[in-house]
Amino acid sequence: MQQKISLFVPCFVDQLLPQVAVDTVKVLRRIGYEVEFPEDQTCCGQPAFNTGYWDEARPCAEHFVRVFKHAEVIVCPSGSCVTMVRTFYADLLAGSSLRDDAIAVASRTFELSEFLVKVAAVTQVGATFPHAVTYHASCHGLRELHLRDEPLQLLRQVKGLSLIEMARSEECCGFGGTFAAKFADISAAMGDSKAESVAATGAEFVTAIDPSCLLHLQGILGKRRAPARTIHLASILAQDGSTQERP
Amino acid sequence: MSATAAQRFLHDAAVKSADLVHREIIQRGMDSYDAAHLKGRARIKDWEAARQKCQAIKREAINHLDRYLLQFEEKVISRGGHVFWAANGEEACTYVKNLATRLGVHTIVKSKSMVTEEIHLSPALEKVGIKVWETDFGEYIVQLRDEPPYHIVTPAMHLNRGQIAKLFREKVDPEIDSDDPAYLMAAARRKLRQAFFSAEMGISGANFLVADAGVIAISTNEGNGRLCTSIPRIHVVVTGIEKVIPRLEDLAALWPVLATSGTGQGITTYSTLIGGPRRPGEVDGPEEFHVVLVDNGRSQLLADPEQREVLHCIRCGACLNICPVFRHVGGHTYGTTYPGPIGSVLTPHLGGIKEFNHLSYASSLCGACSSVCPVKIDLHHHLLQNRRNATEAGATKSSERLMFRAWRHAMLHPRIYALGGWSMRNTLRMIYGLGLAGTILDPMRVWNLHRSPVPLPSESFRARWRKGLGAN
Repeated sequence: MQQKISLFVPCFVDQLLPQVAVDTVKVLRRIGYEVEFPEDQTCCGQPAFNTGYWDEARPCAEHFVRVFKHAEVIVCPSGSCVTMVRTFYADLLAGSSLRDDAIAVASRTFELSEFLVKVAAVTQVGATFPHAVTYHASCHGLRELHLRDEPLQLLRQVKGLSLIEMARSEECCGFGGTFAAKFADISAAMGDSKAESVAATGAEFVTAIDPSCLLHLQGILGKRRAPARTIHLASILAQDGSTQERP
Repeated sequence: MSATAAQRFLHDAAVKSADLVHREIIQRGMDSYDAAHLKGRARIKDWEAARQKCQAIKREAINHLDRYLLQFEEKVISRGGHVFWAANGEEACTYVKNLATRLGVHTIVKSKSMVTEEIHLSPALEKVGIKVWETDFGEYIVQLRDEPPYHIVTPAMHLNRGQIAKLFREKVDPEIDSDDPAYLMAAARRKLRQAFFSAEMGISGANFLVADAGVIAISTNEGNGRLCTSIPRIHVVVTGIEKVIPRLEDLAALWPVLATSGTGQGITTYSTLIGGPRRPGEVDGPEEFHVVLVDNGRSQLLADPEQREVLHCIRCGACLNICPVFRHVGGHTYGTTYPGPIGSVLTPHLGGIKEFNHLSYASSLCGACSSVCPVKIDLHHHLLQNRRNATEAGATKSSERLMFRAWRHAMLHPRIYALGGWSMRNTLRMIYGLGLAGTILDPMRVWNLHRSPVPLPSESFRARWRKGLGAN
């Protein structure tokens, strides 16, 4: 299975949450894949696209397609960024000469849990994480990519992990990209409700497949001085029990 | 200068989303709806197939709206009814007002209709001295409070029974001494009973207009709809042109799906079909039957192939109920007739993209709305299209346009992007090091008002990759 994986690292993960990508590499290598990181990649274009600036988003999408055109398989630790490529590139690039390439690239682009469970057919990645964890079903992963059970299948195989279901786990955390800035009060109130749901579980960690949700949620939890912390699914799967590394 | 719709929205959203009493009332209401809705869906053998069927029916109807509306009109006229085509709200209001004046109407009873809210029919009638009674219990409550409906299906869901009892004591009967729902209902019923028997005109909406049978279909739960449409001597139906469906048998799919999505019921308590005035030999029904078909911007939406399906909406309210934004800001904050996701999609079309563009953005694009819509309207993707349309029409801020142009430049040049990221992290680290997080010197100020600062690692992923992580 020496397929080569091209890593698609979302821009904000690259800049603010590099450990999520490092852990993604760790997990993929552990189960036997070779990983490459095309260094010309920047952003998939979602911030501009979601804000209505399709003319600004389009060249970014074209850039992405050029960078990943020859990749065998593309894996990304973000349901939202994969959604941008898979769901929206075809529409966004409707008049572009790269549209066919975009559709082909999209069909080879996978969110991490999706890749592991559906493509690689692996749920046991040899992870150990002896903590109480609750799972937030992030919107794009759930409703655009239809990944409901895949992350949970992976979590159930983690040694020592106890999974606690939170109330309204499928309700949005309130991030929403520029929504978090344009409607900061609503975004924060939604985050607050999510933090309440997390707190009610008593879990030490809340995990998800979308680092953007977690970035927002960590900010909300931090402001509330809540005991629970966020951790990306990749970072749980990367813990092999060999070190005392605290994520 | 008065506040714009966008400023009002931002202000009210800030107040409401921080109002924990409101949050609890709505959360409790929505929790019981969620439970009923899930139970209702489980009763339907294949919910997805039912949605697809309803979507197909509405698509057929909307794609051939001209034909089906004419078929409906012809049938109604053949039974002695009248049909008036109103291009906008004003025309519709004028028609009803003139009709009422001509026929000596002093009192009108209304059953629930969002279209009459949309065109502001009641104020228009009251202006010429006609007394209008809302007879749906929730509508009656918000009318007493001089408020628009909070929600398109449950107009008074923002009030608890204590608040309603207090309102009734002030406005209905000073003797009210209990907040028991059945007791309050009985008090309202006594009052409304008199209205039903004194009214000369009843106004209703329609959930569907059945083209082949030439009848209107109404789904209600309180029985007030049947009283409004059968006791007064004139019945006026005010409805949107998009409510037409091709065949009577289509109701077999639409009625249960509407009831399930609206309240979790298998079917509403009363399902009524009405096709014209009382005919010779019949004992019940009005002497006159009028249908006012309201366009009010719908044809314009029909002309847009990308968003035409928004006209599929059957006004069940499911998208409002599941919407986390609605749950936090509440119905009144929107300042529109139709709140929630469907309202955010529809209102820029009906009320103007400039004035209501902010609603296209007042969504986290979570997609919960689209996932429950019983006629499968891709609501959150339409919000994205509205955002694009607004940007193309130049309805967004020039500072934002410039910002995204600069952003594009960086994203097309990996080195500029990497340098930009590096300097942003270092600038923020310096600002936070000086203890200036959340101040006006903080570019992340809005973020930090409600959240702790984002992590600022010393190295980006690409730097770590280059430093050795890249060696497989």
